[in-house]
Amino acid sequence: MRPFEYARAGNVSEAGALAGRFIAGGTNLLDLMKLEVETPEKLVDITRLPLREIEETADGGLRIGALVTNSDLAAEPRIRRDYEVLSRALLAGASGQLRNKATTGGNLLQRTRCSYFYETSQPCNKREPGSGCGAIGGFNRIHAILGTSDKCIATHPSDMAVAMRLLDAVVETQKADGSSREIPVAEFYRLPGETPQIETVLDQGELITAVRLPKPLQGEHRYRKVRDRASYAFALVSVAAVVRMDGGRIADARLAFGGLAHMPWRDAAVEQALVGQEPTMANFDKAADILLAEAKGQGENDFKIPLARRTLKAVLADATKGA
Amino acid sequence: MRTSLLDACRDHLGLTGSKKGCDHGQCGACTMLVNGRRINSCLTLAVMHEGDEVTTIEGLGGPANLHPMQEAFLHHDGFQCGYCTPGQIVSAVGMLGEVSDGWPSHATDDVKDGASLSLDEIRERMSGNLCRCSAYPNIVDAIETASTKMKETA
Ligand SMILES: Cc1cc2nc3c(=O)[nH]c(=O)nc-3n(C[C@H](O)[C@H](O)[C@H](O)COP(=O)(O)OP(=O)(O)OC[C@H]3O[C@@H](n4cnc5c(N)ncnc54)[C@H](O)[C@@H]3O)c2cc1C
Ligand code: SF4
Ligand code: FES
Ligand code: FES
Repeated sequence: MRPFEYARAGNVSEAGALAGRFIAGGTNLLDLMKLEVETPEKLVDITRLPLREIEETADGGLRIGALVTNSDLAAEPRIRRDYEVLSRALLAGASGQLRNKATTGGNLLQRTRCSYFYETSQPCNKREPGSGCGAIGGFNRIHAILGTSDKCIATHPSDMAVAMRLLDAVVETQKADGSSREIPVAEFYRLPGETPQIETVLDQGELITAVRLPKPLQGEHRYRKVRDRASYAFALVSVAAVVRMDGGRIADARLAFGGLAHMPWRDAAVEQALVGQEPTMANFDKAADILLAEAKGQGENDFKIPLARRTLKAVLADATKGA
Repeated sequence: MRTSLLDACRDHLGLTGSKKGCDHGQCGACTMLVNGRRINSCLTLAVMHEGDEVTTIEGLGGPANLHPMQEAFLHHDGFQCGYCTPGQIVSAVGMLGEVSDGWPSHATDDVKDGASLSLDEIRERMSGNLCRCSAYPNIVDAIETASTKMKETA
């Protein structure tokens, strides 16, 4: 690990002005610093900031402080009751020890698990812009099938972010100059395009202070994660769903996908295609056709295209079976 | 400044019970309790824990005063080489605390309900601790025994 300066932020307004890399749970940043994939010159420890509350908002939702741990969030009774898809997604991620450290803000900003990104002797446009992409034409079993570019085909590894995308969560931030803003998760992440090293719309020194959930969604909540081991492994494909039935037809369907793209993936046309329909396999296939119309395999990850279809259909069948 | 909590305990305080398996949060050999919660001590900086209460395997019990979890691992032969064992034991103690606080897991049927401790639940909740010798069946038995015993004496 390279040497670095360390500072502890005493209050929210000074955190950005300390001009360093924020560290929260440290479970992603320190991992990458040990490998010298990340080489910050200064760390700003934000763990003493008062951002650990979960509070109700005026419109019937919840505001989750950026430092609420993944464990505490998954176990919070209001999350378990009203936002089950989020609790499920969190519990499907990492391990008990890691969830006790990982924070809401840090989880959103965790970086890809692409092995070329992790290996500093290899080319990687995300780690070293312009060096090329080792995964294109290389080992790419875990890589993206949607929204890729010829510069980068990495996926975003978070389970939590998939549920946040489905729930239309909003990220609250404070910039280094003290001003604050709100960014819907839908607009928070960027596709790789020509600049895969830029992953979100956040500015330098912009601190996530909270993530806000709108009021709860009625319906059946599901989070299905397909991976190489039954536990403690990243998703190859994951599907988050909230589906509400009415009179034997789908009244509302919200779907978000992990493991498919550089960001949690959501496609309004897929959801629209299901609304008003009967829950039949033929209709689920039509939704999968829309989702996967532009899907492109890279060789080793070709299996993700049929796997995404099967997982989506299985989740929809399960979520609509009582109706 | 660069010292992890694990290295601080092992190299500076002489507490070598906690082990370094991977140094990347992947194996659980370095598990410690911080303010009662289990974490991977290799993925955090010692300087970030000023003022926190840290418990290592040494703090749970020693040869003269074994913790019920340590006794159960001995009784059930919950190890072979023993390298992962301190992490397994500390993690199991932390895990039982999470269950008694009602935390659900990925193996919980209905997350709205409180937590229970079936064998599947133990396996899922302990998945952050790997054992290269694959002593898993005996580890699960040991944890089940200890959890019953700790409930009786609680
Ligand atoms: C072995 C292993 C297995 C894992 N498995 C999974 C899995 O299956 N699913 C899954 O989803 N995740 C998994 N993870 C990843 C884990 O969820 C993340 O490491 C964790 O959520 C990151 O949160 P943190 O608080 O530790 O972030 P940190 O490491 O502290 O920070 C991560 C990044 O976020 C920035 N940051 C942190 N907080 C803020 C803030 N408030 N404002 C602005 N920037 C901030 C930091 O500067 C840094 O760039 C795994 C990790 C490991 C090591
Ligand atoms: S896929 Fe992205 S992260 Fe992986 S090597 Fe290519 S540029 Fe780097
Ligand atoms: S040494 Fe910390 S998890 Fe492996
Ligand atoms: S007993 Fe040898 S690694 Fe677990």
